[in-house]
Amino acid sequence: MSQIDDIRMQVMWNRLISVVEEQALTLIRTAFSTSVREAGDLSAGVFDREGRMLAQAVTGTPGHVNTMAEAVPHFIAEIPRAEMFEGDTYVTNDPWKGTGHLHDITMVSPSFKDGELVGFFACTAHVVDVGGRGFGADGKSVYEEGIQIPIMKFAERGVVNKDLLRANVREPNQVIGDFYSLAACNDVGHRRLVAMLGEVGLGNLDELAAFIFARTHAAMMERIAALPKGTWANEMLTDGYDEPINLAARVTIGEGNVHVDFDGSAPVSRWGINVPIIYTKAYACYAIKCVVAPDIPNNSASLAAFSIASPGNILNAERPAPVSLRHVIGHMVPDLVLGALAKALPGRILAEGAASLWNVHISVRPAAGQAGRRAEVLMFNSGGMGARPGLDGLSATAFPSGVQTMPIEATEQTGPIVIWRKELRPGSGGAGQYRGGLGQVIEIAPAEGHEFDFSAMFDRVRTPARGRDGGGPGAPGRVALDDGTLLRPKGWQHVPAGRRLVLHLPGGGGFGDPAERAPEAKADDRLKDYVTDAPE
Amino acid sequence: MTTGQDVRLGADIGGTFTDIALDLRGTLFSTKVLTNYAAPEQAILDGIEIVARDAGIAPAEIDIVIHGTTLATNALIARRGARTAFVTTEGFRDVIEMRTENRFEQYDLDIVLPQPLIPRQDRFTVKGRIGAQGQELQPLDAAALEEIAARIAAGGFGAVAIGFIHSYMNPAHEQRARDILARVLKLPISISSEVSPQMREFERFNTVCANAYVRPQMADYLLRLQERLKGMGLTCPVFMIHSGGGLVSVETAAEFPVRLVESGPAGGAIFAADIARRFGLERVVSYDMGGTTAKICLIEQFQPQTARTFEVARTYRFSKGSGMPISIPVIEMIEIGAGGGSIAWVDAMGRIQAGPESAGSEPGPACYGHGGTRPAITDADLLLGKLDPDNFAGGQIRLSVADADAAITRDVGTRLGLAPQAAAFGICEVVDENMANAARVHAVENGKDIAENVMIAFGGAAPLHAARLCEKLGIERCLVPQGAGVGSAIGFLKAPFGYEAVASQVMRLSAFDAAPLNTLLARLRDTAMGFVRSGTDGEILCEVTAFMRYAGQGWEIPVPLPDRAFAADDRAMIEQAFRARYAQFFGRAVEGLEIEFVTWSVKAQDTRPEGAKYPLTLAGTPIVAGESRAVFDPATGAEQPTAIVARDTLAHGARVSGPAVIVERETSTIVTTRFDAVIQADGAILLVRKGAAA
Repeated sequence: MSQIDDIRMQVMWNRLISVVEEQALTLIRTAFSTSVREAGDLSAGVFDREGRMLAQAVTGTPGHVNTMAEAVPHFIAEIPRAEMFEGDTYVTNDPWKGTGHLHDITMVSPSFKDGELVGFFACTAHVVDVGGRGFGADGKSVYEEGIQIPIMKFAERGVVNKDLLRANVREPNQVIGDFYSLAACNDVGHRRLVAMLGEVGLGNLDELAAFIFARTHAAMMERIAALPKGTWANEMLTDGYDEPINLAARVTIGEGNVHVDFDGSAPVSRWGINVPIIYTKAYACYAIKCVVAPDIPNNSASLAAFSIASPGNILNAERPAPVSLRHVIGHMVPDLVLGALAKALPGRILAEGAASLWNVHISVRPAAGQAGRRAEVLMFNSGGMGARPGLDGLSATAFPSGVQTMPIEATEQTGPIVIWRKELRPGSGGAGQYRGGLGQVIEIAPAEGHEFDFSAMFDRVRTPARGRDGGGPGAPGRVALDDGTLLRPKGWQHVPAGRRLVLHLPGGGGFGDPAERAPEAKADDRLKDYVTDAPE
Repeated sequence: MTTGQDVRLGADIGGTFTDIALDLRGTLFSTKVLTNYAAPEQAILDGIEIVARDAGIAPAEIDIVIHGTTLATNALIARRGARTAFVTTEGFRDVIEMRTENRFEQYDLDIVLPQPLIPRQDRFTVKGRIGAQGQELQPLDAAALEEIAARIAAGGFGAVAIGFIHSYMNPAHEQRARDILARVLKLPISISSEVSPQMREFERFNTVCANAYVRPQMADYLLRLQERLKGMGLTCPVFMIHSGGGLVSVETAAEFPVRLVESGPAGGAIFAADIARRFGLERVVSYDMGGTTAKICLIEQFQPQTARTFEVARTYRFSKGSGMPISIPVIEMIEIGAGGGSIAWVDAMGRIQAGPESAGSEPGPACYGHGGTRPAITDADLLLGKLDPDNFAGGQIRLSVADADAAITRDVGTRLGLAPQAAAFGICEVVDENMANAARVHAVENGKDIAENVMIAFGGAAPLHAARLCEKLGIERCLVPQGAGVGSAIGFLKAPFGYEAVASQVMRLSAFDAAPLNTLLARLRDTAMGFVRSGTDGEILCEVTAFMRYAGQGWEIPVPLPDRAFAADDRAMIEQAFRARYAQFFGRAVEGLEIEFVTWSVKAQDTRPEGAKYPLTLAGTPIVAGESRAVFDPATGAEQPTAIVARDTLAHGARVSGPAVIVERETSTIVTTRFDAVIQADGAILLVRKGAAA
């Protein structure tokens, strides 16, 4: 009958994945933060009582998922078992124990069945505001970047600590609303888990956890065994804030393990673009997993096959370095790691792409002497993805991030701005046998009688995405006003009334020799104006 | 209702079969005919001949024909529509190509996004801009439009779609552009403010493009159908069922064919809703499992759950985001790739997977003996003893247990070291679990607890899996109605004349202004009533729904409001209604936040005479089965001696104790050890959990 038991375990594994999916959906439906509800900037997962991740929601973004997997053991280490009660919820936004910057709130709730601790539910979401200098690179240390919430109880036995936030953030109603959403989604997960255990007659998760980890571990070992062994290195230059930043990685594929060392990367920056290693690791693991084991569910056993090291530098910035915009450099980590893997697995790895999201935070207000309204508007936009071996790159598509854009009709309802253009950018994809994905062009103006400031957090302006195996680079990005005035790719800047901000988002690199491109593909590029005759 | 509807005919064109149901003064005649792809109307005519002969009437005696079809859906999936030109706002040429800028699968770097319905070279842009509040920011460039008209005229197009930014707030530019183009072009022109006046440009533009794309083909088909029906003497009115589950005239359908997408499955939901009303079941989940997919719909107070947008033509394992969005009022269903023909396989982790790839009807599951070699769900059902190999589909197909065994052993059993029966059990468990998970997640998205529902199961494969699905979902009662094989066509006969008009108008509740809302609602009411009035002279009821949220959220919830003009002092009432609804969805309302309206809907439908009503028969008289065979029982994980009973030998009130199999021509109903079956007054089988309140 062990065969039947095996199948039952399998079915419960599926159920666990469904439980965390419900958890994530509850969060999306109730969240206030634009990045969560419209763009999917969140994660949800279930853990065993030792803090090992059993399953994660498919919905979510890699930077959150893989960091959350590391976060739960920190909670277990800091909150003694004797002080954990039914109805508790714990919280932190510690960048080094959570997901890399203060704007992400991670909540962990213990799950009890018949008085026994059986596991934990965790979730993470990006909230609108955490006080401090706001979402930007200008803090000189983490202390300027907002309120720091050490690992603590948000609720004990169901009673919420109400005084935590209200005085410390700019949008207290929304932020507090998001805290409740996070707690509520863990609660949904907990209720479903207890129902499942009851239905199948299990007292706890131990047997199922052992099954999941054993199966996953065996599959990962099989995949890694099939890879060539050795060490391969890669370097990549990125824009940085005021000076270019070099990133370096050495990938070693050994017996049963893939190891990445980031020694040689630039030192810690003065600006808030530093990355805590927990976030670097999240995106490094994501990149390797996409290549090695895309179909294997993400859990502690799949992540355990990868290890990361780095001396103190921009990819392992220690407290109290400023880290608010850690995603700008963090999103470059997959291209960096994939470049090394491309040497181990020639012909199998996609070219570099735009990588970092082109998020725009706009602070709009009436121009001097005019009536109007003030508003904060956040947009998520993506450049082109690198060309794949055998396939063109995806145009205007987020990678490695898992978020999505918002409709401009919805964005214009949130504040007095007009988006005059948001369309593909012809000629921006790197040439190659397979063309890089196109970037896009966006034109944003303050509504009549208004002006705005915006926080630029853009990369690949000075250092475009490189092609692979003979493919050409993608077009670099460009930040300017419609009168031609060039603006900086990072930092707060001003757009006066009557002017438009014009963003050219970078394209992805090409793959393979452009001379090898199929004639039909070339003809289609011309028919659709994906390419231009004159270089931009 | 209009008079003279004693003889009603429902016709549902599906992917494999065209189902015909004839209601002759309360007596039902039905048939299934193979769908004819070249001339879809031919299968309807053939089917009418058969049921009319069975019923002993002449086709001319039919009083009304109600028709639903997947032709529009298929045209979108197979990309067999007209070459369409899309005219849109300058700066937004690529909205339908850029989609949501994300990847529908995180770890697969080789995904291919669906091609836009209209390629880039056929998308034309023109200056002219409406703002978020409906104000004109830039005038429409009429001269440029005339030039575009000339290019379209020379370009060999068959249809035109127009979609401008914020046209849901102000349709003036779209209307004017249509007038200018229509002066030059002899082509059908669809505008987004008429087809789908809802905020969110990707969804609205894609919807108007889809409408234009299928319009010439659907208009031709509907014209041909009417002529052919007249040719056989049917002069009665023909109505179309739409995706929202109501009826519209053929003329409306020809103008807005995108509203016919998914009309067949909508018929299934109406079928289930009618049964729910018959037994007074207020919370129902319908479960329709056919050859390739399973569809699950929530039905509350005898009304199927509706939505304002859905996704059609998914290209990647039925994944959310891999299809195209259509924003029209629709009966909301979750559809997953789990049908009798779904293929079972083993993944890298040694886990059994089922679907979404399907063996279809050709070659079909291995046990059909038509050349299929890969194991399908039907093969697993057969191996577990759930199907009688000698009596499948009324004995039309003899099933081969040996072929099913060989396929399952090769693709699953050997790979995992499982005995054939254990492998078959694994396959069924996985597919049942997938359906249960989909149903549960769907319920939570709608703020519901699935366990509180009664299930109504229909479609060829559903009765085989329903009891186990109920066990997984904690559902205690499940009805398997008569006529389940042609459920959608029967559902058509029950459909009300109904139409839902929807439009977006964003307004904060703190700035509540009744006048513009009353104007909008009057317009929506006129539109909806107009469509309904074209088909009925009976009493019409309207339902008003506001789609609201806390300002800052991205997801609106439907809030039913009274059907009357609003006044300034209604603000408190509306706030109260929103808070109550929010708490129902998400546990509790949030204090101190702004509330806003986003979209309004008015649904008009005629009132129907109430049909016969029966209480559920729960107790019943136990009967002793003569025949028995070994069937694998999922709860005990072993074969159990199982009673085999013919459905047509069971009278009202008969109680069959599980484990049992109730067999009929089209399918079998599995009664697991945890359930009993009780025959109802109308012949339906009620599965009721043992020990549940009787």
